[in-house]
Amino acid sequence: MTEKVLMKGNEAIAEAAIMAGCRHFFGYPITPQTEVAAYMSKRMPKIGGTYLQAESEVAAINMVYGASAAGVRAMTSSSSPGISLKSEGLSYLAGSDLPAVLVNIQRGGPGLGGIRPSQADYFQATRSSGHGDFHLIVFAPNTVQEMFDLTIEAFEVADRYRMTAMILGDGMLGQVMEPVDISRSANITLPGKDWALTGTKGSRKKNIVNSLYLEAEELEMLNFKRFEKYAEVEKIARTENYLTDDADVIIVAYGICARVAKNAINEARKNGIKVGLVRPVTLWPFPKKQLESAAEKARAFIVVEMSMGQMIQDVELAIRCSRPVSLCNRTGGMVPTPEAVLAAIENADQAGRS
Amino acid sequence: MQTVFERPKALSDVSMHYCPGCTHGIIHRLVAEVLDELNITDKTIGVAPVGCAVLAYNYFECDMAQAAHGRAPAVGTGIKRANPDNIVFTYQGDGDLAAIGTAETVHAAARGENITVIFVNNAIYGMTGGQMAPTTMPGQVTQTSPYGRDVKTAGYPVKVCEMLSTLDGTAYAERVSVDSVKNVKNTKKAIKKAFEYQLAGKGFSIVEVLSTCSTNWGMEPVESLTWLRENMIPYYPLGVYKDKEDSK
Ligand SMILES: Cc1ncc(C[n+]2csc(CCOP(=O)(O)OP(=O)(O)O)c2C)c(N)n1
Ligand code: SF4
Repeated sequence: MTEKVLMKGNEAIAEAAIMAGCRHFFGYPITPQTEVAAYMSKRMPKIGGTYLQAESEVAAINMVYGASAAGVRAMTSSSSPGISLKSEGLSYLAGSDLPAVLVNIQRGGPGLGGIRPSQADYFQATRSSGHGDFHLIVFAPNTVQEMFDLTIEAFEVADRYRMTAMILGDGMLGQVMEPVDISRSANITLPGKDWALTGTKGSRKKNIVNSLYLEAEELEMLNFKRFEKYAEVEKIARTENYLTDDADVIIVAYGICARVAKNAINEARKNGIKVGLVRPVTLWPFPKKQLESAAEKARAFIVVEMSMGQMIQDVELAIRCSRPVSLCNRTGGMVPTPEAVLAAIENADQAGRS
Repeated sequence: MQTVFERPKALSDVSMHYCPGCTHGIIHRLVAEVLDELNITDKTIGVAPVGCAVLAYNYFECDMAQAAHGRAPAVGTGIKRANPDNIVFTYQGDGDLAAIGTAETVHAAARGENITVIFVNNAIYGMTGGQMAPTTMPGQVTQTSPYGRDVKTAGYPVKVCEMLSTLDGTAYAERVSVDSVKNVKNTKKAIKKAFEYQLAGKGFSIVEVLSTCSTNWGMEPVESLTWLRENMIPYYPLGVYKDKEDSK
């Protein structure tokens, strides 16, 4: 039986985390994600969980580090400036192969920027979440339902691969209210964590959770091994495709931009333009294969994003620049309009014909 | 033959990397003896800092985590909240605890986080080669205070026990020293009491241990102990700064 409730995106994330068995949340307020913390502070004490308001984002992510090292599902959430502060902890989590879930409901930047929706942390999420060689698994929901579903999935893959999984949303998705089916059952049986710190109980040798390796050869070997794992993780890359089968023009957009793009695509189709959407659901691993196959048929690509053009680089790489790729973007907290996307579609369609 | 002295069971049978004469080794041993005596090694989780004690995870026989510079109290908080039945301690230097990790330390104490902090104050950054620490004495020469710490430009040393004792969440704060046999014995008593307070669920406990760094102070080990006694103890008076038992 489906059970639909009306929820804000931020609340859906929090509820999904609870359903996924997360009982340890470490937060610090920042707009536009504070509802995640507020929801957790309300629910956790009632279900025997921990809501702890840390003194900073730095402390919050390090609390996640400790809780994860101790073997439980743990989570923190923030928005752009707070994510910058978490980068130290993200690197240590990666270096210690600890699972964790991190939410970034992005706002405009750089600096203190603004509080309106943005996608300007794409590079930070997919390229440089902290120092050293490592990746996060990055999910990009575009509905409140997906914020719910992908959060559950984030806990599952974080444990499966012993990695940090990030939910990368934006201020609009965080604030919008939509009906959500919360009947989906989460797999909350944790995989065996024989590496976790629980006390030896006199029955095993001590466990050490650590990211320090003073021997360069050893560290290199560990990094190689971690990248072998990442090659496995590549298999979870996925997209949602909309009207792509006959498309001459392909829009690539994620999150709220994908919804704007769909409106524009419907309009353009009325005018006889064959245009479709490839929406990455995972930003890392980036769905290269799906884009490659789209490029076999399409003449031109448009990337719609709320940044000065960050994902466009991944699109160009994925299709090896075999087709023209144009950018339709806004920044600073502005959301592209369907009209602007429609104009971009018409341009690309014309250019593709000539 | 009767055994009169042996390695504590909680201390691993490996040689330590500390400089000859460094008092980190003594403090490790005292912590291990206390874990043995309280019979809690198998339920204890230690957190190693960034600093000379970064490899402490190799020296204790309990489960260990290694934390980012200064973040040990936050990591310890996460561990304790996840597994409240475990005993959690952090082992931190003065740069780690009183500079980069000041916020994490103050707030773990303010929350009354039920963990034990072993704070090694050697008035200098050891591992990185002897730079000025928040605890460096006025006038003390270090690599980054080559003319002696000038309080006009570098400010005053941070007195951690005094500061933390003002917080309601701190259950126990004592400053001790390892410069003499008598003080080593007192240090052990304080460390034991700190763990006992955690076992009793009383809240945040911290033992600040005045320690030496002969290598970076540029002194012989014995000379270092004298320097500690004559310079540090007058500035950092030994004693109990907070004891929640007293306040009841
Ligand atoms: C973020 C960060 N900054 C700086 C360092 C370099 N670092 C390593 S140890 C150390 C100082 C440690 O001094 P202290 O905590 O007093 O311990 P000691 O070595 O004296 O025992 C510093 C600054 C680091 N590892 N990480
Ligand atoms: S550098 Fe100083 S604190 Fe570090 S091990 Fe050597 S003597 Fe001890």
